[in-house]
Parts: sequence; structure tokens; C-alpha cells
Amino acid sequence: MDFLNPVINGFAVVLEPTNLLYCLIGVVIGMLIGVLPGLGPAATIAILLPLTYNVEPVTAIIMLAGIFYGAQYGGTITSVLLRLPGEASSVVTVFDGYQMAKQGKAGTALGLAAIGSFVGGTAAIIGLTFLAPVVASFALDFGPPEYTALALLGILLVATISSGAKAKALIAAALGLLLATVGRDIFTGESRFTFGSLDLADGIDFVPIAMGIFGLGEILYNLEERHRAAKAPSKVANVWPSRKELKQASGAIGRGSVLGFFLGILPGGGATIASMASYAMEKKRAKQPERFGKGAPEGVAGPETANNAAATSSFIPLLTLGIPANATMALMFGALLIQGVTPGPQLVEQDPELFWGVVNSMYIGNVLLLIMSLPLVGIFVKILRVRAAILAPVTALITLLGAYTINNSMFEVSLVVVFGIVGYLMKKFGFEPGPLVLAFVLGELLESSMRRSLLVFGGDPMGFFGRPISATLLAVFVLVAVLPALKSMLAKRKASAAVEPAPTKIKEKV
Amino acid sequence: MIPVKETSADPVVEDDLTPEQLAAQWEDEKPPAAGPLANAASSLVVLGVGIGAVILSVAMGLGTPSAPQPGLWPFIISCVMVALGLFQLIAGRHNRDAEKFTRMSISPLTGLVTLAAMVAVMPLIGFELPALVLCIIWMRFLGGETWRSTVLISAIVVAAFYGIFVLALGTSIPHLF
Repeated sequence: MDFLNPVINGFAVVLEPTNLLYCLIGVVIGMLIGVLPGLGPAATIAILLPLTYNVEPVTAIIMLAGIFYGAQYGGTITSVLLRLPGEASSVVTVFDGYQMAKQGKAGTALGLAAIGSFVGGTAAIIGLTFLAPVVASFALDFGPPEYTALALLGILLVATISSGAKAKALIAAALGLLLATVGRDIFTGESRFTFGSLDLADGIDFVPIAMGIFGLGEILYNLEERHRAAKAPSKVANVWPSRKELKQASGAIGRGSVLGFFLGILPGGGATIASMASYAMEKKRAKQPERFGKGAPEGVAGPETANNAAATSSFIPLLTLGIPANATMALMFGALLIQGVTPGPQLVEQDPELFWGVVNSMYIGNVLLLIMSLPLVGIFVKILRVRAAILAPVTALITLLGAYTINNSMFEVSLVVVFGIVGYLMKKFGFEPGPLVLAFVLGELLESSMRRSLLVFGGDPMGFFGRPISATLLAVFVLVAVLPALKSMLAKRKASAAVEPAPTKIKEKV
Repeated sequence: MIPVKETSADPVVEDDLTPEQLAAQWEDEKPPAAGPLANAASSLVVLGVGIGAVILSVAMGLGTPSAPQPGLWPFIISCVMVALGLFQLIAGRHNRDAEKFTRMSISPLTGLVTLAAMVAVMPLIGFELPALVLCIIWMRFLGGETWRSTVLISAIVVAAFYGIFVLALGTSIPHLF
């Protein structure tokens, strides 16, 4: 078990008091911002990115892991208490979670969700510990052509799996790629799209884009007062589920962990699909399926376990291939880049302390989440009772002042406002912001690997198909790109006789 | 904005919704969809950005795939963007996923103006006064708080930010005091 040595060394890093403290701060602040109605994990992480500046890389990443878990759980709290899912992956939690809250069992629901998240998350990290080095060693042979294909496939998958119109998601991705080209051309050094601005000469930073589009855009969008749902209950008691309830939910938690882990590895919305699949599976397996939607504990425990397991296992493609699987992972990717860490297959070998520090910080984040969430639920409920009218300007100011601290310049603040407008308008017009940020993050990697491979191939694009792995990936790319179009064309031909179909899809409230 | 009244009759009706009914209710509460014009407009903006980028990329020089100039990669992306914009304009003309701008949209607009104003004056007079004004506008006019709590909370918020960013963290945020 030689390979376990670096794992244990990683624990030593994580357990340093400073790191533990930062992880704790991350979990608490992540939850604090995450419980704000309408702000999901992506927005929360984006707003809090400046916090991780000026800290040691390992510490910063540990803090990020804390923020990530805290923000995830914050969304669960609003799902259960306010019937407002913080993000798509906790939508199904609303069905039974809110009913439990109505029956006075809000505490039990939150407790089950926390325990389930802990179990699912921990199981997924154990899976990650063993699987990630294997994937990484496989990916070590990847050259520029493979990375080109992988990045293209990653962007396409995230765009096509997102809710809303696929063409619009792809447009957002194209805009992200275009924004990534602003600044100096890495090969020739020539300025591109800078319009003579010195501030733009080095390109646009990732942080103002993320803070603007996810953070400020979301805040502005919420100003239209769409979140006026239920009022938070004044008191939440009994967070510890009874033995009977735990027993009832344990099967759901076990199944959710496995299901979530495997669905999470797939790119694009892993956590969302995992939570829905888990809910469907639990309902199907149940002896009395009619209990679901009326406060069945399994209906909370299963999906919450699955989405946390999936959220954790979606770190695998990020840490081993350097390809973020969804928008939240794109933020983690950007945050790692800021710290001078380029996630990729070489990370395990070259910087084992950091790699295992990241992985093990997730264990700690999970444990802290469990320890913090149960006793602190009361405080978060109090926060929920603070009116949105007061929270909105506070978060907006945190975003603006935080943006200033990135480079101590007003330019970044202006960029955040500009991208806030872009993000708001995108949401208004039905463009998913996630693909834009993801594509922006991958833009430079995509361009440089594509140009490098073309140099190798002597300018012949068919060279991509001459290598087995890149050829396979590109074949999948073409399949993913063409299949839905063909399907919808066939469906349209069938439905053309019928009246123009009204859009009936449930739009997620994020 | 007028504060939203807490309707006491609602919970009774809302409580026993099945997931399907809940989904339907969310669907109803969604802001009204925008008409075909908004969809066409957004596609045209995409087209405009795409075409602009194509022109600028060509001006930067394209080169060949084996010896690319700086403009080649932006050119490829902007061509894709133009194609997607055209596709959206034609094939997506029946989509109704855009939201209409209603009277509610005045709130984000006001919010935006205050944010932009704050960015403009912050280097001149520091962040405290603009932040205070922003808080007051957001709480009183956008959020419908009472004057008393607005003024009180705004002052506390600004003082807290001063304490965190100036006194505790010692950042160089422009400040007046």
C-alpha cells in the first residue's frame, strides 16, 4: 500500500490548526451566503473568491472546499424551509423536505440531509482517493490533440445538458471562448480585442467574470422579487433524527451514495441528474410510494446524499484531467488557477502534497459540515428571517468591495458591474450563464492545445482523427452535437401537424 | 416597490401540493414570457457581436492552420457564433424562454444605476457615502423597508464594512474617513 503514504501526508497538511480554522471559516461563510435565497453554490463561491486571495495555496484550497460544502448545504436549508431550491440539484429535496417542515419536522429533514450529505460525500471521496490516481496515470499520455478534443467535448456536454435552449447555451459558450481570447496572444504576443486599453492587455481575469455573471447578475435578477414564497418557521428543533427515521432512510442513503458517485463522474449537471435519479429510484422501491411528496424521509435523504456524492465525484475529471464537469467545478478550476495550481494528470505526481491536501480537505470539509450544520441550524433559520430587502444590498456591497481587493483597482469593480449586467440580461433572455464561465475557463487551454496540435500535424485538421483517443473523443463530440438535432428534427416532423407546442418544461428556479 | 403582503390565506391552499402541482405553480409564478421580438433581438445581438468579432479577427490576420496568425482562433469562434445566432434567429423563433421586462424590472435597473454610480464616485469620495446611499435606496425603495430600519441598518452595514475592509483587513479601498 505504498501509494497511501502521500494520502496520509496529505492528512498531516490538512490537520494543521491554521488549515482547520480556514476550513471552518469556509464552511460557515459558505453556509451563510448559501442560505440567502436565490444564491446557489456557484454564486456563493463566486462572491467569496476574493477571500481566498493572500492565503497559502493549500490553505486557500482547503477553505474553498469548505465554502463549496457549506454553500451546497445552504441550498438544502432553503429548499426545506422556504421551498426555494438554491440550485437545480436540490429541487427534488423540496418535495418531501418542505412537507416535513410543514409537519414540524424541519429539523429532522435538515438533520437527515446533513447526515446523508456526509455519508454520500465521504463515500465519494473514498472512491475518488482510489480512482483519481488511476485516471490521472491513464491521462498522463494525453497530448495537445487529446486535450483539444477533451475540452471541446466538455464544453459541448455542459452546454447540451443545461436546461433551456441548447443553441442559446452554445452561444453562451462561444461568447465565453471569445472573451478568453481578449488580451495578448500567447503565441505571437499581439494584442487581441483590447481596443487600446492597457487594463485589457493582460486579458480579462476570471474572478470579475465569475463574480459579475454568477454573483451580481443573480442578485440583480432576484431584485425582481420572484422569491416571495413561504416564510421560514420561527423555530427548528430536533435536528437529530430518531433511530427509526435513520433506519428508514439508511437504505436511501446507501443507494444514493453509489448512484451519485457514478453519475457525478459524467460531465454536465451530474449532481442534478443524480438527485432526480435517486428520488425516482426511492419512490419506485418504496412499499408505499404514495408517501412520497407528503414528507417521506427517504425522499430527502436519498437525493441529498446523491447530489453530494455526485458533487464530490465531479472533482475527479477536474483534478485528473483538468476539465471541469460543470459550472461550479469551473469556479473551482478558476480558483485553483489563481493559486498557481493547474489541475491535470501531472498534479498527483508533481505535487502530491497539494493534490492530497485538496482531496483530504474534502473529508475535513464534510466532517465540519456535519458538526456545524446540526447545532447551527437555528442560526441559519434566523438569517432566513432577515428580509431579502436587507440582504440584497449587503451581498451587492460584499461583491463590489471584494472585487476591489482582487487587484486593488477600480477596473475590476467596473468589470464586475459590466458582467453583472451581462449575467442579468442572459438570465432574462434565457441564456444559461454556466457554459459561458466554463468555456471562458477552458478557452486558453483549448486554443493553445489546438494550435499546438495543428503545428504537430502540419496544419492538417484530419490529424486529430489519426490518434485513437482524440479520434474517439471527437467521435463522441460529433455524436453529442448531432444526435439531439436529429431527434428534434424527427420529433418536429411528427408534431408539425399539431398546434405549436407550448413550452411545458419546468424551468429551474436558481 | 410596494412591499409584498404576506397572504395568510395562501398557506392552507399551498400546503398539500404534490410535486407535480408544485411544479405547475412554479410555472405559473414565472414572469410572463417575452414575445418573438425579444427572441429575435437577442439573436440579432449575438449576430452583431459575432460579425463584429469576425471583422476584427480578419483584420488581425488569419494565416494558415500550420502558421496561424493571432486572428485565426477568434475567427473560428466568431464564425461558430454567427452560425449559432442565425440558427437561433430562424429555428428558435418559436422559443418562449425569454422573460418579459415588466414593471418589476425597474428594480434591477435602479439597482444597476446605483451600482454604476457607486463605481463612478468611489475613487473620488471613498466608499462610505456611496455605500450608504446604495443601502438606503435598495432597502427603502427597492425593498420597502421603513425609513427607521433603513437608516439604522444602512448605517450599521456601512460601519461594519468599514471595520472589516479598512480597520481589520487594511485593504486600500478608497475611503473618506
